Amino acid sequence: MSDVYVLGVDMIKFGRFPDRTVPDLGAEAALLALDDAGLNIGNMEAFYCGNLGQANAMVGQRILQEIGQTGIPVVNCSNACATGATAFREAWTSIKAGLYDVVLAVGVEQMGTGLLGGSGGGAGIPKEGLLGSGTMPAVFAEAGMEHARQYGTTFEQFAKISVKNHHHSTMNPKARYQIETPLDEVMNAEMISYPNTKLMCSVNVDGAAAAVLVSERKAKELGMQRAVRIKASVMTSDPYQERDLVMPDVNSCTRKAAAEAYEMAGLDSSDVDLVELHDCFATAEMLHYENLGLCEDGEAGRLIDEGEVELGGRIPVNVSGGLLSKGHPLGATGIANIYEVCTHLRGEAGERQVENAKIGMTHVIGLGSACGIHILEKV
Amino acid sequence: MSLPVVEYLKLPEGGEPYLEGHKCSECGSIFLGERNVCSNCFARDSMQSIKLNNTGKLYSYSIVFRSFPGIEVPYISAIVDLDGGGTVKGNLIDCEPDPDKISFDMPVEVIFDDALGRKDKDGNSYISYFFKPIS
Repeated sequence: MSDVYVLGVDMIKFGRFPDRTVPDLGAEAALLALDDAGLNIGNMEAFYCGNLGQANAMVGQRILQEIGQTGIPVVNCSNACATGATAFREAWTSIKAGLYDVVLAVGVEQMGTGLLGGSGGGAGIPKEGLLGSGTMPAVFAEAGMEHARQYGTTFEQFAKISVKNHHHSTMNPKARYQIETPLDEVMNAEMISYPNTKLMCSVNVDGAAAAVLVSERKAKELGMQRAVRIKASVMTSDPYQERDLVMPDVNSCTRKAAAEAYEMAGLDSSDVDLVELHDCFATAEMLHYENLGLCEDGEAGRLIDEGEVELGGRIPVNVSGGLLSKGHPLGATGIANIYEVCTHLRGEAGERQVENAKIGMTHVIGLGSACGIHILEKV
Repeated sequence: MSLPVVEYLKLPEGGEPYLEGHKCSECGSIFLGERNVCSNCFARDSMQSIKLNNTGKLYSYSIVFRSFPGIEVPYISAIVDLDGGGTVKGNLIDCEPDPDKISFDMPVEVIFDDALGRKDKDGNSYISYFFKPIS
């Protein structure tokens, strides 16, 4: 089977666009990625579209109505916060299978405001605040406190992750925010769900990102100069864990996906030059340092304390600003992360460039759970 | 008459309320809510209804300061491993919402009480469960 390459990839600057539509945002990202690849919609043989908020509303076809209705197969997919990565991986799979040589993947989302999640559904009475909390800040706080229980991780260590990612985003013009947030500001921000303050929660924004994937044959034909090789594409669901029913598990699915991705790529974590991982909350990022094998179990707190995960450190994590400051438009996130890593591998990341980046990893988690990991390589 | 807040809270006539688990007789996994197939070992028709214990230990928690409109805060959202098996999530009450006053593995008991006065659209009241520190 031939390798698959990213030939074009881009994202719109994340923000709030109440006067625009989901297909409109997706179409903008698709055109950017097509331009980046030097192709047009007429060259695409299939299209995988990721969106959550309008999962039943044929978003992919509506994007084509805005940029060119060529009659190609369109698959709309939704997989919680792993939606974008799922669309990207379906495109990869279709090329791997030999069905197509040139495929478009788009992730797009328009977000509401306020807390996500909640346990208010079902018959009877609302359960939120009665049987604990199902809000996302609380669920990921509980996952972080499990780490605190095991290793004594502190509120301050979790908060430092947010300081780091906000700092990184000051160098990313496509991030929602470019604002430094010192440690005392993060720790003294409104407490949402201990230990996650408001500045330790990802930002609800609108956004879109897109990629053009091609077969090796097509990459050679079109020119490899800016192509990025996909060394691994893995998805997992959550294997059985005893506390599953009350404590959604983001760890075991990530560990399983990471192990499979390293094996598929023939690499290990020491080969990776940068990581974009799913920092939906500061507490979540802490867990994934260990889940992705960036350090030994129990070492995550030290990693953030010693600056190893900062730009310039041993293994920079979320140099884009991450979901905490770049923003988290759910369906777009999985492709926006791939855009970020590809930009570094191409040496085009400007001020935030990870020097000599050869191998990068992206990771997303959709709670429920779906984990998507990609390992990308400079050609 | 009050209704149970969730299907796995049982209110036997003339008996004490309890939480019900479903235990796989093949692998011992315990689930909340009825099911036919074990999602751990895939055994079919191996589920047996069991009465879960009313004591346990705090596994993890968060102190919730912002929730949905109308939900009183702060409260402690607690995940409790019950003695003898089964993990349940609920509010930890009679405990200050302060991380210095909460310790992992602190022993708690499960108590049953009115569901904070919440009623459904037909005016029915509900019985819920809560965790309370055992001093």
